Amino acid sequence: MITFKKGIAFKLALIFSGSVMLIFVLIFGTYYRFTRKLIEKNTAENARNLTLGTVARIDGILRSVQRGPDNMAGTMERGPVAREEILGLLRSELEKNPEIYACGVSFAPYAFGKNEQYAFPYYYRTKKSLTYSWLGSSEYNYFLADWYQIPKESGHAQWSEPYYDEGGGNILMATYSVPFYRLVNGKRTFTGVVTADMSLGWLRELVATIKILDTGYVFLISKNGDFVTHPDNAFVMNQSIFGLAEELGDTKLRAIGRGMLGGRTDFVHTPRLDAGKPGFLYYTPVTSSGWSLAVLFPQVELLADLTRLNWLVLLLSAAGMLVLFVVVVSEARSITGPLTHMADATAEIAAGNLDVDMPETRSQDEVGVLSRAFAAMQMSLKNHIARLTEATAARERIESELNIARDIQLSILPKIFPPFTGMPELDLFAVLKSAREVGGDLYDFFAADPEHFCFVIGDVSGKGVPASLFMAVTKTLFKATAVRGTPPEAVLDQVNAELSKGNDKAMFVTAFFAILNTKTGVVEFSNGGHNLPVLIRKDGTVEYLWRTKGMVVGAMEGMEFERGTLTLAPGDRFFLYTDGVTEAMDRNKVLFSDERLLRELKLLKGLPVKEVLGRLLTMLVDYSGGDQSDDITMMLLEYKGPQPG
Amino acid sequence: MKLPRLFLSLCVCACILPAPALAAPKKLSFIPLWSPQAQFAGYYVALEKGFYRSKGLEVEILKGGPERPADVLLKEGKADIGTLWLSEAIKERSQGVRLVNVAQMVQRSALMLVAKKSSGIRKLQDLDGKKVALWESFQLQPLALFRKYHLHVNVIPQAHSINLFLRGGADAASAMIYNEYHTILNSGLNPEELTTFFFYDYGLNFPEDGLYMLEKNYNRDPAAAAAFVKATVEGWKYAFGHQDETINIVLRRMADAHLPANRMHQKWMLEKMQGLIFPGGAGARGGELKRADYERVASELAAAGGWKSVDFNAFYRDCVTK
Repeated sequence: MITFKKGIAFKLALIFSGSVMLIFVLIFGTYYRFTRKLIEKNTAENARNLTLGTVARIDGILRSVQRGPDNMAGTMERGPVAREEILGLLRSELEKNPEIYACGVSFAPYAFGKNEQYAFPYYYRTKKSLTYSWLGSSEYNYFLADWYQIPKESGHAQWSEPYYDEGGGNILMATYSVPFYRLVNGKRTFTGVVTADMSLGWLRELVATIKILDTGYVFLISKNGDFVTHPDNAFVMNQSIFGLAEELGDTKLRAIGRGMLGGRTDFVHTPRLDAGKPGFLYYTPVTSSGWSLAVLFPQVELLADLTRLNWLVLLLSAAGMLVLFVVVVSEARSITGPLTHMADATAEIAAGNLDVDMPETRSQDEVGVLSRAFAAMQMSLKNHIARLTEATAARERIESELNIARDIQLSILPKIFPPFTGMPELDLFAVLKSAREVGGDLYDFFAADPEHFCFVIGDVSGKGVPASLFMAVTKTLFKATAVRGTPPEAVLDQVNAELSKGNDKAMFVTAFFAILNTKTGVVEFSNGGHNLPVLIRKDGTVEYLWRTKGMVVGAMEGMEFERGTLTLAPGDRFFLYTDGVTEAMDRNKVLFSDERLLRELKLLKGLPVKEVLGRLLTMLVDYSGGDQSDDITMMLLEYKGPQPG
Repeated sequence: MKLPRLFLSLCVCACILPAPALAAPKKLSFIPLWSPQAQFAGYYVALEKGFYRSKGLEVEILKGGPERPADVLLKEGKADIGTLWLSEAIKERSQGVRLVNVAQMVQRSALMLVAKKSSGIRKLQDLDGKKVALWESFQLQPLALFRKYHLHVNVIPQAHSINLFLRGGADAASAMIYNEYHTILNSGLNPEELTTFFFYDYGLNFPEDGLYMLEKNYNRDPAAAAAFVKATVEGWKYAFGHQDETINIVLRRMADAHLPANRMHQKWMLEKMQGLIFPGGAGARGGELKRADYERVASELAAAGGWKSVDFNAFYRDCVTK
């Protein structure tokens, strides 16, 4: 099943899936970032609205508490106030403002009375009523208390750090202190501090009512960074945001804490604040007290929808990717399947099985076209081979017929050397080597009477079967014409007349016809446009015969042929040949040439006639490199002179 | 008539009976200077890890704190051994309380002055003319410092909290390196925003926590005192070598005393104690009171308030080198 491995199908699937994945990641990544930014922005906006209301309420309550001490400090600054009057003021303050648990005026040493080092009238609530104490003694030295010393030394009214009520009960309190001054000897002198104590129970309740998602929460930190409210009670007034940062090793949280104490408003990501988990924090200051209110949104919850969407998209894209993969693979296999089939079929065809099945395809695409072209190729190949088989059979038949024809053709040439015992005056040998199965060259020799020996050599124009038939006709004509007493030119004349009659094909033959008088050695000859024979004298001279008048035989009627006469001395030789000898060509199309022939004949002169021709033939075959272009015919006649007996 | 005779015979018995102390552990009660915290980790560790017991001591660590001052418990005989600052002990001795130092655990002064750079204080001279909050009972060193460097400082009293400094009510304040300094850092101020002055850098090193006994108690059983000191040094070494375990021991002690506990703060404190107890590194012997330290503190006390001091040898009982 994994046939597509590393094939086109696999590559395509990989490329497609990869590209689609990349595109998807880019698109979804952008989408995710954008959506997350949007959610964060909306959250920050919601947080802003939420905290704005809460901070306004807290500030409102704190400021309503501040008003009493502020006013009373003003009263105290205007001049000495009697003990009863102070108590009255404090009591009315408590009556007016139910938020205040207690209030008091703590005087600087000897500021209330010359003999009173400590003076601290303090009005407070009990379960049933309002009551007061006149505090301050060496036992209770309030001069060192933060609520007294800090406004004194800093010169500002301010809220103390929240603290647990000393009277027991787990009540978180905070004290608002206002310093007041009087002119002493013309100098503005610190005289004391007006304080209002307030329970912060309402603060916890207020903060606890704010719901942030399921597990989000609001918390407050003091000016020191201590947790004033926190869902984990162990944090309250026992842990600071900086201590938590130190514990978590979270430098970012420390920076956030500093931002909070710096009175800034911000929306930040916090990696570990929410019990080690990431979240988003919005914080804003409670300006009246210098505290900071923060809203924590757990990241998991805030981004829950987005995370769900993430998973959904991831799941869908995984499924989509799978489908895409399957589709691409199957589609690619619909392409590669036929291709593989075709490749197999081609291999089969190459092995010789032409009847192998080609894949059928109805598709109109390139594979369909290729498939059909393959089927067509198979069909035509099949037809071609069938035709080829037929043609080969036909050729073989023709070849065998030609071989028979060749045998017949050769059989009409004389093959007995020396020709006959009746003429001891001469020796003769002849060879004929056709370029094809049958040739147009001819030679013949016969005795016209006991003293006259006729010999002829000819070369029919053209080659092959027509030439061979023409050659057979020519040979027969020469034999029939050359009866005793007919001179050679007359023989050629008659043969010409016979051949040219009805010679529609305009075929012709070059022929050299000669008659040797075996008693005298006189040779009468006539040349019908044939290559000049070579006369090899016994003394070693080798020369071409002179040309006698005469054109090719059979081309047209009424041609004139001239007679030539020469006398052979005993030992002289007469060499006849066709143009297949001198026009034999080597690989470079260089002719064997007349000159070469003369030279070779000179070298071979002393050898027996049969051997001369044998050597010459071997030489010619070598020369043409086995690629014989024309029929080769050679005849060598030696005149021995009259023989005794 | 019957009673004195019985008493007498009991005395006689006590005299002639062989001392059972060799077999039974010797009981010792110890009072630390303050409520449980890592400042006393070495004692808690020595107790929990059995270092006291293996030296033949059965030690009870009493609950310390502001309402149970160590000097008072020592004087009243409610504790056998306790920690006091060297300067405080010299004052007590000068007032006739016959306390002897059996070991000086803290070698370096943890007391320091902290200032905000935003107040323009970057070097000691910058304190001139500034408002500096000082703890009433720990003014000796700062005042000596101001005298020594001719600084005219507006001293204001400092309460236990560090809020006066944090709120800008003072330009500088005193702090303990292992305590308030960490509180300041955990109130959002960064170390680089603060200038710190350590007294040992200005030739005013007053070694703090030392171990003290009434002389008569010491004389009754010097070997027990020496065993206690040696086990304590061992306890401190173990504490610094096993900080997580030590913090857990300290936190348990704090929980038992119903004190709010903060692990990171105790961790900080323990780390700082190491530098104070073994300033020369963990290989140091520890626990020895050096004559130079004693004489420096004594002479500063004499200069500051006319406190008279006894001879070093009358004050110190060496339990470490012997």
